[in-house]
Amino acid sequence: MSGTGREDFREILRLVRPGARVLDVGCGGGDLLEMLQREKGVDGRGIEISAAGVSACLARGLTVMQGDADRDLAEFPAQAFDYAILSQTLQAVREPRTVLDNLLRLAERAIVSFPNFGHWRVRMALMTSGRMPETTVLHEPWWSTPNIHLCTLRDFTALCDDLDLRIEAASALTDGRPARQIDPNGLLENWRAESALFLLSRRGGAAVPPLAGQADLFG
Amino acid sequence: MNLSLNPSAEISTASGVARFERPLGLDSGAALEGVEIAYETYGELNSDKSNAVLVCHALTGDQHLASIHPVTGKPGWWDRMVGPGRPLDPERYFIICSNVLGGCMGSTGPSSINPATGEPYGLAFPVITIADMVRAQAMLVEQLGIKRLFSVIGGSMGGMQVLQWAADYPDRLFSAVSIAAAPRHSAQNIAFHEVGRQAIMADPEWKGGDYKRQGSRPQKGLAVARMAAHITYLSEPALQRKFGRELQRDGLSWGFDADFQVESYLRHQGSSFVDRFDANSYLYITRAMDYFDLAAGHGGVLAEAFRGLASTPVFVVSFSSDWLYPTADNRTVVRALNAAGAKASFVEVESDKGHDAFLLDEPVLDAALGGFLTSAATARGLA
Repeated sequence: MSGTGREDFREILRLVRPGARVLDVGCGGGDLLEMLQREKGVDGRGIEISAAGVSACLARGLTVMQGDADRDLAEFPAQAFDYAILSQTLQAVREPRTVLDNLLRLAERAIVSFPNFGHWRVRMALMTSGRMPETTVLHEPWWSTPNIHLCTLRDFTALCDDLDLRIEAASALTDGRPARQIDPNGLLENWRAESALFLLSRRGGAAVPPLAGQADLFG
Repeated sequence: MNLSLNPSAEISTASGVARFERPLGLDSGAALEGVEIAYETYGELNSDKSNAVLVCHALTGDQHLASIHPVTGKPGWWDRMVGPGRPLDPERYFIICSNVLGGCMGSTGPSSINPATGEPYGLAFPVITIADMVRAQAMLVEQLGIKRLFSVIGGSMGGMQVLQWAADYPDRLFSAVSIAAAPRHSAQNIAFHEVGRQAIMADPEWKGGDYKRQGSRPQKGLAVARMAAHITYLSEPALQRKFGRELQRDGLSWGFDADFQVESYLRHQGSSFVDRFDANSYLYITRAMDYFDLAAGHGGVLAEAFRGLASTPVFVVSFSSDWLYPTADNRTVVRALNAAGAKASFVEVESDKGHDAFLLDEPVLDAALGGFLTSAATARGLA
């Protein structure tokens, strides 16, 4: 799913408060959850679509339920978590908008990362070859990719506005380098970020003031 | 006493019958005097008594978890799960399996002698519930000197007992595993059981439940009950794969012999069942399952039943082709566990074997259960 070398994990570790209650949606074999438990002492839960992933998590002593983001987020009561994490999965769900909304129903904050379809390599690939781009992050042909709802950084911030979500922090993940904190509406970021990671909360909840939104002429 | 266990290794095994001095109070309001619970154990209880696992059996199971069954001569019902290197490892755990209250393999049930009359209880036996079975198990566990079980595990009706344990004795268990169970019996579940009970009661040999005293046995009725129930344990694809429309002999009989292999199979299931099971026990245990509705005792809110669990790890398993206790029922349990704050894990095992998959070779179940128990054991300090 990733292609980012999981620098997003490092960034998520940085963002999560020690001892927090965390839900990792699409937790795979539990790499991130285990890191979060070990390094941040979180009370973690996972949702994973494959039985093999669930088994791997159980063997590591993790608490995980088989399920998927589209169907099974309702299994948890509202505000059961401090953070709900959806790492490199939003683009693969059937209803990204509902999923995002659900994440912020069951958690105070959501951490969401996704490949940015506005990245220059994607744009160039489409422009020069006229075919669906295949890059390090988007490495499968269109007919077999699980990514059915690709979006750009700007698409995502527009959806956050639409859902009245506050962007508390954003970072760009590019070429396997460590995450770089960005203003997601900043000039050129929609070109430069290969993947993006957001820390979100609902507006009206207590947190830092929203980032200033500036139109990006080059977006 | 040593049992004939699967020949894999030298494992300390024992069997016994616990007798309770104090009466067992039942949900119905009745009380049973002199209750006996037959059980087997595998492995040894460690010095701080922290490695005990209680395995709860299903409707027609018994305490012969992994020992040769005295009536059928066949391996125990979960033999494949018990042994060194297997999920239920007697070198690590002290495994207890007891015959349920109401059963017919040594525990007090309708075929036991009623101390008031000196005759078999028959229908004078009080109606029991899953909670009553669990209460008797809790007394057994207490009598064995165990304050807190490392885990309670069971499938089907055994899983219902696990959920009842979680509701009634949350601080007496460190972890729990419920496989292919449900938080209550559905209308369809009750309906199938009623067919079975009516088959037994329609057998003239049943004699109003007094057959034991009158020296008869309602074998035909019990066999039909088993045949009907057995269909619900399988899936349509499994039946099709196993039998299809294959015939027993060349050509049809143009009569009512068992022409089809599936008929012959069911007849065999029915006739072999009556050798090892008591008809009245079948009535009482199916009734207990029908009465099972865990939320009902908690204001209709299942999550309330699990309030005492705090951060107890609970593992729930379902099978994709199980239409008796389907995945949706098991997910209802998981949702309630989550709402109560338990550490609920869940897996749906892909299988076309239907409800009975929990007894059969399902490597995904073994791997997941083994992983869950091993990591819980580490957390419990059972290296």
